[in-house]
This record gives sequence, structure tokens and C-alpha cells, in this order.
Amino acid sequence: MDSLVTFCLRMGDTTLILGQQTAAWCGHAPVLEEDIAFANMGLDLIGQTQLWYEIAAEAEGRGRTPDDLAFFRTERQFLNAQLVERPNTDFAHALMRQYLFDAWHLPMQEALCESGHEAIRDLARKSVKEVRYHINRSRDLIVRLGDGSDESRAKMQAALDALWPYAADLMATDAVEETLAAQGVLPDLARVRRAFEAETAATMARATLDIPANGHARTGGRTGIHTETMGYILAEMQQVPRSYPDARW
Amino acid sequence: MYAQLVETGAAETSEKDREFQEKIDRGVRIEANDWMPEGYRKTLIRQISQHAHSEIVGQLPEGNWITRAPSLQRKAILLAKVQDEAGHGLYLYCAAETLGISRDEMTAQLLSGKAKYSSIFNYPTLTWADIGAVGWLVDGAAIMNQVPLQRCSYGPYSRAMIRVCKEESFHQRQGFDIMRQLCQGTDDQKAMAQDALNRWWWPSLMMFGPSDKDSVHSEQSMKWGIKQNTNDELRQKFVDQTVPQAEWLGLTVPDPDLAWNEAKGGYDFGEPDWSEFYEVLKGNGPCNRDRLAARNKAWDDGAWYRDGLIAHAEKQQTIAAE
Amino acid sequence: MSKEWPLWEIFIRGQHGLSHRHVGSLHAPDAEMALKNARDVYTRRNEGMSIWVVESAKITAFDPDTAEQNFAAPKSKVYRHPSFFEIPDDVGAM
Repeated sequence: MDSLVTFCLRMGDTTLILGQQTAAWCGHAPVLEEDIAFANMGLDLIGQTQLWYEIAAEAEGRGRTPDDLAFFRTERQFLNAQLVERPNTDFAHALMRQYLFDAWHLPMQEALCESGHEAIRDLARKSVKEVRYHINRSRDLIVRLGDGSDESRAKMQAALDALWPYAADLMATDAVEETLAAQGVLPDLARVRRAFEAETAATMARATLDIPANGHARTGGRTGIHTETMGYILAEMQQVPRSYPDARW
Repeated sequence: MYAQLVETGAAETSEKDREFQEKIDRGVRIEANDWMPEGYRKTLIRQISQHAHSEIVGQLPEGNWITRAPSLQRKAILLAKVQDEAGHGLYLYCAAETLGISRDEMTAQLLSGKAKYSSIFNYPTLTWADIGAVGWLVDGAAIMNQVPLQRCSYGPYSRAMIRVCKEESFHQRQGFDIMRQLCQGTDDQKAMAQDALNRWWWPSLMMFGPSDKDSVHSEQSMKWGIKQNTNDELRQKFVDQTVPQAEWLGLTVPDPDLAWNEAKGGYDFGEPDWSEFYEVLKGNGPCNRDRLAARNKAWDDGAWYRDGLIAHAEKQQTIAAE
Repeated sequence: MSKEWPLWEIFIRGQHGLSHRHVGSLHAPDAEMALKNARDVYTRRNEGMSIWVVESAKITAFDPDTAEQNFAAPKSKVYRHPSFFEIPDDVGAM
């Protein structure tokens, strides 16, 4: 597959699966205000997905629509980072997943604002404003709940321990990114990794949380290797369109 | 409706009560700290909190389909809509709080099963078409009830309703839009739409509550300007508005007694099964237990989060004070 | 039983040049979170460009029973309004 298409799917699949997981909280969050705030993030993520899929579909040139890409690809064809498919175990996991994603997403979007690819640059300039708010909010909550009660600290630490190994998958790169970097479509991604490390180190220190030290990292999502939760997410998400493949909604 | 069978208690007739009634009759809005009869306060707390609970529980049947919405745009629209319900619950809880009850107290009443909420949300959403039917019928019925509440005598409630009505205007349309797409789609989709209408029609009519001749509290509520129309008036209006829409969609309203009555300029229609309505109110609808279990789980699972943020805020206050 | 988050009153400036206006309330553990919650709850439809939050308990107000004594006096000062004065038409605009 074309490098540009692959990269756009990696981005769009990641925002879609996180949006899907985030949206599931609406009606079930710890407090009404959070129901509303979390849904706002979900809406932004679904909106960003549309934009990534439009670029991917156009670059692919096979006449597929964003909905085709979302609802008619299989698990092995989804290229999202594994982090975002990790389950909604509890709200601490949901928040930590969001924060770790934001800590990568913001420097990524900032870097993409300088992309040599016009559509990607436009997308990034629109999205980056949303993403700045997301991390502002998720970072605040990580700090408050880490440095909150004993129980909230324990919950956040458990979530960090569970999710930290998957953060590496956000930053996993291969020939796709190298090709695009050589073409000026992608910026230097080492910069994004350094920003992620600085952001998370500072925030976890303020939150009195310990980043797991064993260096264990899980990757594979970018080439369609997922965790066992992924199949269920897609089964749920794709069920209706796949049951009525000729229908329009 | 969203607040069904609200008790009013007996009215007193002291001098202050008479002055209060005059104020209402003159169309003066009552504000939070104004003197008001205890019955008025209690009735409002019951009505507004029931209304708020209905919004909150109402998130569940539609939220059930957010993760399964069949297109990216439908997913976003549904998420935005269910989010709005949370917002409406929030505005209404705040309006009730001005009357001297806390949101936590109201939440406790909901979670224990003591407080009522609209019967409609105890029915299951079984197919995607149900999301269309709920938006079209349930939100349609709700708007019909809520528009007059913008003129309610209690200021904070009336202002909350103005905001709710403004936001809710897209809800019914998105439901109708789902139905329209289904009815113009494949045979399977059309069958799905008809099936949803069959299941949601009667529960929607029941939303307006039983006939006013059986409702002991309506009269007092209307005198107090808390209720503007009778249940039967609103139900008639709903039927008159909705039947032509169903015809436009090419769907059949599941009521053999439905017929246009030229003399009254409205439809005659059948009587809902009120025994079912009372069973649902008693907690024996198809989803009552599931709905309360879901709300209880969200509240219990979220305790550490609410407490953790308070703990942090208190730590910060201590640091600032030192 | 846990402690309930305090209630905050929310004021929003809808557009450049307008005052902040009371739009409603919400709960939040502290002022910063109140601002963020207000952004999420009260500007979902692009309603604002600036937000103030004030803890509800910190608001001071007159007792409504004293409304007569507080607000009756100016009612007789009709000369404070321009319509009190009659200016002949041929004087021109004023």
C-alpha cells in the first residue's frame, strides 16, 4: 500500500478507535460534567477520523468512502496503535489512555502543522487547537487524581502500570514514516518522541505517579497486529453496516 | 411526560398564599429566594428532579447504540445528542438545587428507586431504527411538553427549559432523518423502521400520562403555573402532528381505531394500555432494573474519582493557606 | 458518604463587546475545573469566547422581602428619564 495511505490510516484508525472507546462512557461517567466533557473529546476524535479517512481515500483512489474504511475493513487491516484499543476497565484507565495518547498526539499534530502535504497541514492546523484543549484537561486530571486521595492515586498508578507498555506503539515507525519524512510529508519524528517523554515525565512527577521502569514495550498495531480486545471493538462497531451491506444510513 | 403524576399536596389559603397566587396570576416569575408555599416548593422539586432523572436515564437507551451507529456521521450526531441529554439533566438538577435540595440528594433518590422518571426510558432499543423512532417520537413528545414549560412560573425552571428547548430542536429532526433514510432504503430497512414504530407508538402516547380526569394533581399544578396544558390536550396535539409524518414516511401507525375526525379537526385514536403504564411506573417495565443498575454502577464506580478530586482541591487549599 | 463538589455560577461573554452574562451553574471540585467544565457544558454550540466562574456560596444578594425598600425610591424620580422633558418640535434634534 502507498505510504501516504498507510500513514493516514494509522492516524485515522487511532483516532477512530479511541473515539469509539471514549464515546462508550457517555451516560456512564463518574459525574455528569465528565459525561459531557468526555463526549466532547469523542466528538473531536470522530471528526478528526473523517478528515484522515478523506485524505486516505483520495490518495488511495479506489472510490472508497470514509465509512467504507471504518466499517468494511478487518482487524488485520486496522492500523491503530494498540494503546487506544485497551479496554474501558475503569475511568482511571480511560483517563490515562487519553492522556498518554494526548501526550503523543499534541507534538505529532504540532509537527504536522509544518507538513509539506497540504491536506495534512490543513488537517493538523484545525485539529491542533482541539488537541491542545484535550491535553490541558487530561493532564490536569492526571495530576489531580494522582495527587488526590490514596485511592485515586492507587487507581491512577494501576492504570499507568497497565497502559505504559502500549505507549511505545504510538511512536513505532517503519519504512512508511521514513519514506514520508524523506518526501517532506512528515517531520522528524524523533522530536515527537522527545516531546512525549518530557511531557509524561513532568506530569507524572507532579501527579506523584511512577513511570514503570522495566522498559517493556508492546508494538504491532501499526502493521495490523492487535490485542485480543480489538476484534470485539470492531464486531460491535461494524455490526450494522456489515449485516446490511447494500444499505445506506 | 418527563415528569408524570407529580404529587402536589393540598393547597393552603393563608394571606401569604393568596398574595403568592395573585403574583402568579399576574404572570410574575417566582425566584429562588422568594417566599413560596411549601406545597409549591415540594411539587417543583418533585417535578424538576423527575424531569432531570428522565434526562439522565434517557441517556441509556440511546447511548446503547453510540458504539454501533452505522456511519461515522450518525455516530457523531448520536453522541452529541446523548451528550445533550446529560447537559439537560445538569441544567435541571441545578434548577432544582435553587429550591434547597442538593444534586447528591436527588441522585440518591434516583438510585434507591424512590424517585420516578419517565416511563418511556424503561423500554429497550433493539435495532438501529429504534434510535430513529426515539428521536422522532419520544423527543417529539418531549418538545411538545417542554415548549409550554418555558413559561413556567418558577424562574430557574423556566430558564432551564428555554435552554433545553433551544438545544433540543435538532433532536427530533435527527430522529426523523434516520427514519426517512430507512424508509427510502432497502426492504429490510423499511421493515426495521415499521417495527420500531410498532413498538414505540403506544409507549410514546403514554408519556403524556393518564387522562387528566384521573389526575388529582393536575388542577393545582395548573393553578400554580407549573403545568400549562392538560395531558389529553398535549397527547391530541402529538397525534395530530405525528400521524401525517408517519404517512409521509410510508409507515402505518399501529392503531386500528385511528381515524380523522372532521368535526373536531383532529384524529380519534385508541386508548393506550394503562395497566402496562402503571406496571412500568411501579418498576416492572422491560428495562427498569437494568436502567437503575447502570446508574448505580456509574455512581458507585465513580466515587473514587469524585473523592479524589475533592481531596486534591483540599490539599491545594491547605497549601495556599500556609 | 462523600463530600459533594461545590456549586459554581457560570458567566459567559458570547461575543466581542458584550458583557459576561449568567448562563447557569454546575458542580466542580475547584475553580480551574469549574472553568473547564463550563467550557464543556455551556459552550457546546459555540456560545462563548470568555468564561467567568464564581462559587455560588460566595454570592451576596439582597433578601427579596426587602425589594420594596431597596428598589421603590427611584420610581418617583421620573425626571431622570429624557421623556420627562418636552422639547418643541421646531427646536430640532436633541
